[in-house]
Formats: sequence, C-alpha cells, structure tokens
Amino acid sequence: MAAVEPRASQSSGRGARHAEVVAKILLAASATLAAGGILVITLFVAASGWPLLQQTGWWAFVSGRVWSPGTGVFGILPMIAGSVLVTLGALVFGCGLGLPAAIYLAEFAPRRLAGAVRQGVQLLAGIPSVVYGFYALTVLVPLIRRVSSGSGYSVLTGGIVLGVMILPTVVSLSEDAIAGVPAEHRLGALALGATRWQTMVRVLLPAARSGLVAAIILAAGRAVGETMAVIMVTGNVARFPSSLFDPVRTLTGNIALEMAYAAGEHQEALFATGLVLFLFTMSLNLLARAAGRRKRPG
Amino acid sequence: MTALIGPSGCGKSTLLRSLNRMNELIEGASTRGTIRLDGRDIHDPDMDPVQLRKTVGMVFQRPNPFPMSVYGNVAFGPRIHGVRGRSALEETVERSLRAAGLWDEVRNRLHRSALDLSGGQQQRLVIARLLAVEPEVLLMDEPASSLDPISTARLEELIGELRRAYTVVIVTHNLQQAARVSDFTAFLLQGELIEFDRTSTLFTNASDRRTEDYITGRFG
Repeated sequence: MAAVEPRASQSSGRGARHAEVVAKILLAASATLAAGGILVITLFVAASGWPLLQQTGWWAFVSGRVWSPGTGVFGILPMIAGSVLVTLGALVFGCGLGLPAAIYLAEFAPRRLAGAVRQGVQLLAGIPSVVYGFYALTVLVPLIRRVSSGSGYSVLTGGIVLGVMILPTVVSLSEDAIAGVPAEHRLGALALGATRWQTMVRVLLPAARSGLVAAIILAAGRAVGETMAVIMVTGNVARFPSSLFDPVRTLTGNIALEMAYAAGEHQEALFATGLVLFLFTMSLNLLARAAGRRKRPG
Repeated sequence: MTALIGPSGCGKSTLLRSLNRMNELIEGASTRGTIRLDGRDIHDPDMDPVQLRKTVGMVFQRPNPFPMSVYGNVAFGPRIHGVRGRSALEETVERSLRAAGLWDEVRNRLHRSALDLSGGQQQRLVIARLLAVEPEVLLMDEPASSLDPISTARLEELIGELRRAYTVVIVTHNLQQAARVSDFTAFLLQGELIEFDRTSTLFTNASDRRTEDYITGRFG
C-alpha cells in the first residue's frame, strides 16, 4: 500500500514508480467494476422486463388493477399504491417522531443525554430488517388485530415498522441540517431576545429547510426499497386497500414473494416491477440531491 | 459610550458577552461578580435573560443577517416580541432602517434577500434589526473588523449618532477608533481591568505604565 503514497515513490526510484502505475491501474479497475456493476444490473433488469412491457404496454402495466400471473394479466397499480401508502405511513411515523427528536438533540438536549440518544438511534440502523419484521409480527400485528376489524396485517402495521426503521436516517440527517446552520444566525436571534424555541422555529428551521427536505426524501427512498420487514407484516394481498387496516402488497414484496417460482412472462413481469421500483428510488434520490444542493433561500 | 481595548485574548469580548448574559450559552462557562443595569443585578433570579437581551442588544464581529429578506430581518425582533399588524411592523422597519442610515439604500429592495447586501450594508442592517426591538444598551464586538475603510467610516459615523440615544459599549482593536468615538475607555490585559478613565485622559495621560505602553504601540 505504501506504493500509492506519492512521497514514497518520489524518493525511491524506478521500482516505486512502477508500483505506482500498477496501483493506479488496479484502483481504476475496481472503480470501473463498481460503477460497471450497477450499470450491468440496471441494463439486465431493463432488458429482462422489456419484452413484457412491450407486449402489455407501459401504461397498461402501471395502471392495471389486476395482477393475475396464472391468466397472464399483469397490472401493478395495487402494488404501486401499496408502496406509496406504506411509505407515506412510514414518513408520518418516522418524521413525526424523528424531526422533534432531531430538534431536541440539535438544540435543547444536555450534551451527555444527546450523546446517549444519538447512540441509541444509530443502533436502530444496525438491527437487521428481518428482526424488525419478526418483532412486529409477534407484537404489533396481534395488537392491531385487536384494535381493528382486520387481520392485523395492514398498511398501518407496515407504516409503523418502516417508520421506526427510517428513524436513524431522519434523525441523523435532520440533526446535521439543523446543526449546520451557521452559529451567527443562532447567536443573532438570541441576542435580539428571542427564546430558544423562537430561534429554532423562526431562524434555524427555515435556514435548514433544504437539508430537512433532503433528509425526508432520502428516508422515503429507504422506505420504498425495504422488503423483508414489509412482507412479514403487510399481508401481501395484491389488491387495492380500502382502509388503513387492509392488507396490502408493495412493489418489493411483489418481486420477493413470487420470484422463486416465476418463469416466462411472469418472470418478465417481475423484472418490469423491479424497473418501476428502480425508477421510484432513483427519482427520490435525485430529488433529495437537488433539494440538498439548493442554496439557502433568501 | 465606552470602548474596551486590549490585546487579543485579553477578555474584551468575554466581558462584553457577560453584559447580556450571552456567555451562559457557551457550555461550561461560569460567572462571578455583579453587573447592574439601571440599579438591578442582571443575575437576579427575577431577571429573565431573554428580556435582558432585548434591552441589551448585541452586534457581532461579522455581519450576521438571517437568510431572509431585508424586511424580514428588521421585522424579526418586533415579531418575536409580539408586534402584530402590518402597518405597525412597516413603520418600525422604516424607522429602524432610517436610524441605521440604510433606508435610502434598501427602500426599493426590502423584500429581496439580505444576503445580497454588501458587508457594510449588512452590518448596518444588523444594527437596524437591533434598534427595532428598542434596546437601551448596544454592545458591539469589533463591528468594523470585517469591513473595508469606506464602510468602516460610514459605520463609525452611525455609531457616533447612536451614542446620543443609547448607551454603547464597543470592543475594538483599532485604537484610533476608540479615541475617536468613545467617551470612556477601559484597557484590559490578560483578563484583568488595568485602567478605566475618560478616553481623553486615558489616551494622553495614562496612569498605568502598561496602558501607556499599549496605546503607544510598544506591545499588543
């Protein structure tokens, strides 16, 4: 590894220079492989889903309300609705809990407590998806079954589980956005006799707005892509839900549940589902980047 | 009007911040001693630091307008202190901007971002924002340190006018500025008050050698 350091190569002649060239090529190769891998996967997914999309038609595929692989009818609107609803639910719970937490951590919490809470929230990010799902399956599903008329496998259950799962993203990114507001703004407001709360609401949050929006969109991206915990608690019925307590199937769930036995055009339909999902997450990421890059408004 | 002078790190800014209890916002800071405002101890348990900071306003080294419009900046203070109603706010904004000598330059761009103003304009805007909450005391921490000579001259002119209506305490590195604009001067060294006197006396006939050495440029 020493060979990649420029200083080492300058002082020790031709052998080292040679090593540097080799190292450079190797590094370039791994970078290309990483980027190329993404490209290959994308192309593969697109190419595999393409024939079915041609045959059914893009619009019919995304607006079709019936998913019936046995009879060759492929419409994924219920799954799109499922993903959107569960993600919205996740945002309600994740942001409802996460934004106040971030505000507290950034401005009001005593330093020690803030450190402990931060650690705790980060720990949530390390819990495997399947563990969340298992916990929700044994605790949350029965609970919701008791308070509603449904089975407990529902939009609401999925939203709550995902809300907790996106908490680390929401909390840490929002806290960074708030803490990133220049200290002068904060001091300026306090020096005018603003309370800490007024300072937060009228100066810090508006100044951090673009960062907060980016945090929420990135969290939504995570929620849309999550699979395991969601299939365990949402019931996975490929039908339009009519209430929060109805079961629902997401785009990710659609692929994960049927890929084991799908073949032919059924398999193509799953790849096409993946393509739609990919478009969703990619546009969310692009949106988040655009929001984060935007200059602070005047 | 009082100027605080002394070499870097001697505690001028810290002293200034003590006067409106801004030091308390720095974690781990502690305070001793008594500061009285109109005969009342500012550390009195009945004294609300938020109210105190409204009465004792502060201008910082670097202009710090909020990332909002010129109007929004000046109206910020009155708004948080409960002033509602468009006409009342508009009147306060105009009066404050006039008092800060900025009105003519910004009257046509009140609703554009304050961040597009020049450094000198921003600093006067910050002063206007301060005047809008009707303070009694103005604390200024090297208000001209990031400005060019022309903006500095305009700012000094403004401070010269403000001293008639307000008690002003200013921290400065610029001795000529202290001599020009202040009535009283305090010389601090390594956290200690060395000398406090009428500016004219202190600059011409200092009673402590260290003060004399500093103002004649022998150190600092």
